[in-house]
Amino acid sequence: MTERKIAIPGEIIAEGEDYLPGEWTEKREGKIYALKYGLIEEANKLLKIIPVSGTYSPRRGNVVIGKIENITFNGWVVDIGAPENAFLTVMEVPQYVNKDALEEVFDIGDMLVAKIWSMNKRGIDLSLKAKGLGKIDEGLIFEINPNKVPRVIGKEGSMINLIKDNTGCDITVGQNGRVLIEGDSIEGELKAKKAIMHIVEKSYIEGLTEEVENWFKSQGGLAPKREVSKDLEDDE
Amino acid sequence: MAKKTENFERPDGRKLNELRPIKARVGVIPNADGSAIYQSGDTIAIAAVYGPKKMHPQHQQDPAKGVLRCSYNMMTFSVSDRIKPGTSRRSTEISKITEWALEPVLMLDKFPGQVIDIFIHIIQADAGTRCAGINAASMALAHAGVPMKNLVCSVSVGKLDKTLVVDLTKEEEDFEEGEGPTDIPVSMTPDGKITHLQLDGKIGPEQLKEVLDIGKKAIEEIYEIQKKALKEAFN
Repeated sequence: MTERKIAIPGEIIAEGEDYLPGEWTEKREGKIYALKYGLIEEANKLLKIIPVSGTYSPRRGNVVIGKIENITFNGWVVDIGAPENAFLTVMEVPQYVNKDALEEVFDIGDMLVAKIWSMNKRGIDLSLKAKGLGKIDEGLIFEINPNKVPRVIGKEGSMINLIKDNTGCDITVGQNGRVLIEGDSIEGELKAKKAIMHIVEKSYIEGLTEEVENWFKSQGGLAPKREVSKDLEDDE
Repeated sequence: MAKKTENFERPDGRKLNELRPIKARVGVIPNADGSAIYQSGDTIAIAAVYGPKKMHPQHQQDPAKGVLRCSYNMMTFSVSDRIKPGTSRRSTEISKITEWALEPVLMLDKFPGQVIDIFIHIIQADAGTRCAGINAASMALAHAGVPMKNLVCSVSVGKLDKTLVVDLTKEEEDFEEGEGPTDIPVSMTPDGKITHLQLDGKIGPEQLKEVLDIGKKAIEEIYEIQKKALKEAFN
């Protein structure tokens, strides 16, 4: 990986006909200008800006973690941390839904993992018709900067798999920056959270995967399994 | 018009076209989506940007484009006589001026029904607060990842009697000899497009052109500092 350059809005990042303008860039009079604060990335002569800050901007196909805000006659209004609210219709829920009692499936305040299947002028439409989507019953949810999500996931999921292997937790990272951790023990979940926060902090160093591997070594081995939970069960 | 540049001395010993020492930094408010602090001599402005987010109240939404909402405020302790907290005629005006100065570079048509909030606070004032506020706000907007055509830089050019100077201090603004002081705050993009120009006093059309030339040179210096601050924030 070569040293990555940061662009600021209005800066000329290339001149002449050698490059094509990509995302968040603009070509005016033979010069390519940056339109956003972020890293310059070049792929096949295409220059684009990868934003490093800012709010979540939804895209079609994103898997997001949302919270039910309201119930209407044919679906649910979901807060996904974007400026617009998202909508989930009963049609996109792959289970039997009693139209007179939608709250039996999702009540206000429930959290869910969903996928954006369409975006238009009216708003965002969500779907649950895919593997791994649905209501969240238990686990740990916290928020990170949405721009750091690709680093937490890593190349082809390498980073997230590393954390899964080292903590024994199941992790879902929503593109909107909300992270769900489901593990056997609270210790494991907290450790996974700590690891993710560590990645977010160190997100722009090179060889991040090795760095996180070393971090896990310095933190000791696998998290203990389920001991605390057992005590709680005994008390009950 | 004759210029008496030879024998004119500024109270703080600066050259006529010399800016006050500038410090700038971004990312000073972790809770905000973007933030910046800009200091020019004894004037300090801090700006925070939130959004783009959904516009509330709903009746203020614009379905065609986003809305930029600015709030300029001077802290009670920013001047030697404590100023009353809260909005005043002056702060409402400067908020509006700041919106107008920044709007031309923003691509608000990408955010229908949404709002970008900017909060500018003047921590310490020694003239040129609106310029410091605009500089801080422009950096904070860039830092917040808002799509922009360019940054906006702002500086005040003054006419003391018949001499043109750049970046006035409070002491110079209170200059009382000859034709008295004239304050001309000007905001431009680094490529020289004017987004804001105000005039408080008297000046001839020929000299105003000169003012814009002086302003443009000062703005190039300010742009370099803003650029450096944004690039450094990343390391």
